[in-house]
Amino acid sequence: MSDKDMRDVYTETLMEMADADQRICVLEADLMRATGTGSFKDKFPERAFNVGVAEANMVGVASGLSAGGKIPWAATFGCFAARRSYDQFFISANYAQQNVKLVGTDPGVTAAFNGGTHMPFEDTGLMRCIPGLVIFEPCDSVSLKSLIRQATEHKGSTYMRLQRKGKYTLYGESDEIVLGKGNVLKEGEDLTIIASGYVMVPEALAAAEMLADEGINARVIDMHTVKPLDRKLVVESAEKTGAVLVCENHQKKGGLFSAVAECLGEEYPAPVAAVAVEDQFGQVGTLEYLKEAYGFTKENIAEKAKALIKRK
Amino acid sequence: MSENKYKDLEDLAKDIRKKTIDSIGFLGVGHIGGAMSIADLLTILYYRKMHVDPSNPKMEDRDKLVLSKGHAGPALYSTLAQKGFFPEQWLRTLNVGGTNLPSHCDMNRTPGIDMTTGSLGQGLSSAIGLALAMRLDKSERNVFAIIGDGESQEGQNWEAAMTASQFRLNKLIAFTDYNKMQIDGYTSEIMSIDDPEAKWKAFGWNTDRVNGHSFAELDAAIDRARESKDKPTMIIMDTIKGKGCSFAEGVITNHNMAFTYEQAKEAIEALG
Ligand SMILES: Cc1ncc(C[n+]2csc(CCOP(=O)(O)OP(=O)(O)O)c2C)c(N)n1
Ligand SMILES: [Mg+2]
Repeated sequence: MSDKDMRDVYTETLMEMADADQRICVLEADLMRATGTGSFKDKFPERAFNVGVAEANMVGVASGLSAGGKIPWAATFGCFAARRSYDQFFISANYAQQNVKLVGTDPGVTAAFNGGTHMPFEDTGLMRCIPGLVIFEPCDSVSLKSLIRQATEHKGSTYMRLQRKGKYTLYGESDEIVLGKGNVLKEGEDLTIIASGYVMVPEALAAAEMLADEGINARVIDMHTVKPLDRKLVVESAEKTGAVLVCENHQKKGGLFSAVAECLGEEYPAPVAAVAVEDQFGQVGTLEYLKEAYGFTKENIAEKAKALIKRK
Repeated sequence: MSENKYKDLEDLAKDIRKKTIDSIGFLGVGHIGGAMSIADLLTILYYRKMHVDPSNPKMEDRDKLVLSKGHAGPALYSTLAQKGFFPEQWLRTLNVGGTNLPSHCDMNRTPGIDMTTGSLGQGLSSAIGLALAMRLDKSERNVFAIIGDGESQEGQNWEAAMTASQFRLNKLIAFTDYNKMQIDGYTSEIMSIDDPEAKWKAFGWNTDRVNGHSFAELDAAIDRARESKDKPTMIIMDTIKGKGCSFAEGVITNHNMAFTYEQAKEAIEALG
């Protein structure tokens, strides 16, 4: 088990890379204390830029750093990363074919006490509309580290949904985690549960256990990369199990569920369902309250799975 | 020595601070720093300056307030509760699932909140819209807006700055809570907003500079602003982040603090 918060893994990984690669920079918009990149700033003060409460400016500056040959990792809350700086990220970073690594922290319900203004249920959806953008959401500390490294090597912009607080280790150091490829966590033949992120992957695994007790065998996939989607794995899973349930800490529109449903609609029509937020805004509350409120629980996943199997 | 004209406000502000510490302390974490720094301003606005009716929060032709630094909601909730907009017991529901008092101001949930805020940088534009609507409705009321010094770094404020002076919004009275701090440290070290008076003046506003914890200075500045004939006014308030909360006042990490209810009780007692 990792004893580190996800955000500490983020900073630590960037620092490891920055030692060897002078191009790596960190940008913040007055949330350095929240993201935890202060130690990066202590070690590489000349490569850490805090632009103040100015997210659009931050992404613009990051785009310029990229155009100047640097590899900027810029972070803010996911709501502001996606909504506040969308045009800057769209034009200056992506349309201009730059190499900006944007990070949206506190995805979905994990914004908790910050409430509806801060609760991004739409960031993945918005980001999926940017041509060529790579989008991923690591669920644990091992995949986080690995995917940050791969994203840094990738030539082009990326968007990462980062769980900030909390510790979770799912993978072993020798497990292969590849950007753009889903990981099958558990085999099964009755349905496939595709999940992403820190909130949903553990919940999906727990739901699969509940289902197993009832004799239902679910295949469980950690689909850390939403774009480009691992279409081969999605289609293969639908062929093998005949139904796909997608669990994401995001609204139903535009995110992982949409990506999977689009893929299956085109390549292998099969019953699909989602555990995701309906047409609703966020709200304030504890993480536990919000998971309950939006149905992000193993019980609800198991319910939805059983209903889905009936549609096969 | 002349009699203290502001004794009542001093007591009311103290109670607002106590209620704010209590509500955040009851939950265990919250934006104590930026709430405490505007407690005096909220007191004079709601008890001396604003034409509002607690029993009719949506009264036509009232003065309005946009708390653009919406994370300071808890201070405004304490003020509104104390004024009677809603029961004081609500203050203990801060951020509890299903509450009417979310961390950031929500006009659709809380009686007395005139505009939804929380995404910094948006409130001044909304205040301009409210002032334009009032002008269309031939109202003589004021729109008040409060922005943070860190918040001032959002570019939208400066788009709004031009807009308000272009449209000669003399009924718009804004305040910068110049507590010199934001989340990551001192504003001067993160992204300086100096010289705020010169900046707002350059954008065509009247400016004033006051001690944000002096009722006399706030009183005079608001009255001066109300006399403006053709310009919006920005009152830069020198304040202390965390003011009046013993364990938080001036502490650099006081933006969003976790603290125990025991600590809260001590801080409340210390206020006397
Ligand atoms: C657009 C946006 N970016 C970031 C945040 C997160 N945030 C909340 S408060 C804050 C600092 C604000 O500093 P300041 O305006 O000085 O507030 P105060 O000191 O009065 O509390 C930040 C960055 C936010 N709410 N909105
Ligand atoms: Mg401040």
